[in-house]
Amino acid sequence: MHRFANPTRFLRLANALLPWLTAAAVLLLASGLWLGLLRSPADYQQGETVRIMYVHVPAAWMAMAGYTTLALSSLAFLVWKHPLADLSARAASPIGAGFTAIALVTGALWGQPMWGTWWVWDARLTSVLVLLFLYLGHMALTNAFDDPERGGRAGAVLALVGVVNLPIIKFSVDWWNTLHQPASVLRLGGSTIDPAMMKPLFLMAGGYLAVFGIALILRIRALYAERRLRQLRLSLTDA
Amino acid sequence: MSEFFAMGGYAGFIWPSYAVAFGVMAGLLLWAWRTARQGEAEVERLRDVGLDPRRRRDAGVDAP
Amino acid sequence: MNGFLALIARDLRLARRQGADVAMTLAFFVVVVALFPLGLGPTPALLARIAGGVLWVTALLAAMLSFDRLFQQDADDGGLDLLALSGMPLVLVALAKAVAHWLTTGLPTVLLAPLLALTLDLPAAAYPALVTGLLLGTPTVSLLGTVGAALVVGARRAGVLVALIVLPLTIPVLIFGVAAVEAGGAGLPIQPHLTLLAALLAAAIPLAPLAAGAALRQAVE
Repeated sequence: MHRFANPTRFLRLANALLPWLTAAAVLLLASGLWLGLLRSPADYQQGETVRIMYVHVPAAWMAMAGYTTLALSSLAFLVWKHPLADLSARAASPIGAGFTAIALVTGALWGQPMWGTWWVWDARLTSVLVLLFLYLGHMALTNAFDDPERGGRAGAVLALVGVVNLPIIKFSVDWWNTLHQPASVLRLGGSTIDPAMMKPLFLMAGGYLAVFGIALILRIRALYAERRLRQLRLSLTDA
Repeated sequence: MSEFFAMGGYAGFIWPSYAVAFGVMAGLLLWAWRTARQGEAEVERLRDVGLDPRRRRDAGVDAP
Repeated sequence: MNGFLALIARDLRLARRQGADVAMTLAFFVVVVALFPLGLGPTPALLARIAGGVLWVTALLAAMLSFDRLFQQDADDGGLDLLALSGMPLVLVALAKAVAHWLTTGLPTVLLAPLLALTLDLPAAAYPALVTGLLLGTPTVSLLGTVGAALVVGARRAGVLVALIVLPLTIPVLIFGVAAVEAGGAGLPIQPHLTLLAALLAAAIPLAPLAAGAALRQAVE
């Protein structure tokens, strides 16, 4: 029981954050939508379809941020064996997978009018699809063992093995000739995107980040409750 | 107004994109919130029934 | 070194005794490749077009068949714990398993593939690319598979699980392998693709056993 003393303190702090995160999410998403849909210009080449960027790009960023969360939690779990790290990793997977799915679907909806095809097997799209498979594989692996400790450790190793995919995703558009457009926001020479489009993009990205945080905290709470229930039930049979 | 919804003819791509994005996010939040609430309610329930070994020990109750 | 070779020899002996396993893998390869002309129609032009992809995908799937059992038997009879205690680094255990797996699955695939390619009307110019590509790619798949196999020791539904985990990791091998075959068939240079396959193998040889060793460490703890 004493091992969970720390998580309780952490969860109390996280719960205090929740209302602020919720307010931030609502404000950022609302203002992002307002600017993105109503106050930003259409692209001179792509027309109105550029507005898909405001839901697609933040999702892709969160897909990678989610995997970073998963990888760091996994590292912390393997190295320091902190039970909260295991919960954080298990919580991050489905949320990250959700954002990856958003990125893939909105990307296809953007690709059809822009490139004339729903999908293409170029380096960027393929590596993001692999990211989705890594998330799903992690979820399957961590839950495939009767002993949750074993499952957590196996999942952690898998998550760290898959980290190699992150730089591939990021730099795929530079290393290979891809249909997907090259980096225009986070690049060494400064971004090349119109400032009027950058504002709603970053507002939406902030909103997505807040949503990720809320979902992560809630899922950690849910998984923590599951752990407690399991221990309570086990102690029942012991007594 | 109707030209806003028409989005220059691309409405069939833009609105489903926004729907998918917000739908999935809403779904994630709902699922996370529900599982958290249900789990915590169940833990409380077991505690009230007197099954928490910490509470039992503090209350001086012997194990059954 | 002795222990390393002894481990490989032991696995090969086991495989020979259970000779059916190797034969089954090859039979699987043949059956699945046969499904494609049966399902898609035997038009030579179509088959020639997809031959590279069909052979590579089937080779990958055939490799997946034995991964779930790779460490399971040792885990069940306590042999894995003994190996861990014996002082032999788990990294070497994993490497030995990968070598044994390749000798019993990958190598037969490389030898069988050109024969099956005949039935798929693969252009003659593509054969060197096919064989060399598989020669470079199948060891990488064996190495990646040991990582997956080590992760799923003791898991439920280990067979499907290991395929779900390992197949996405093998996608780059698949892409470059098929690209080599198609380039060969079209008369284009195959060396760039083969070089990439070699690079993947060079990266896998040190890294995969390391990851598999870490996974095995978690399995025996």
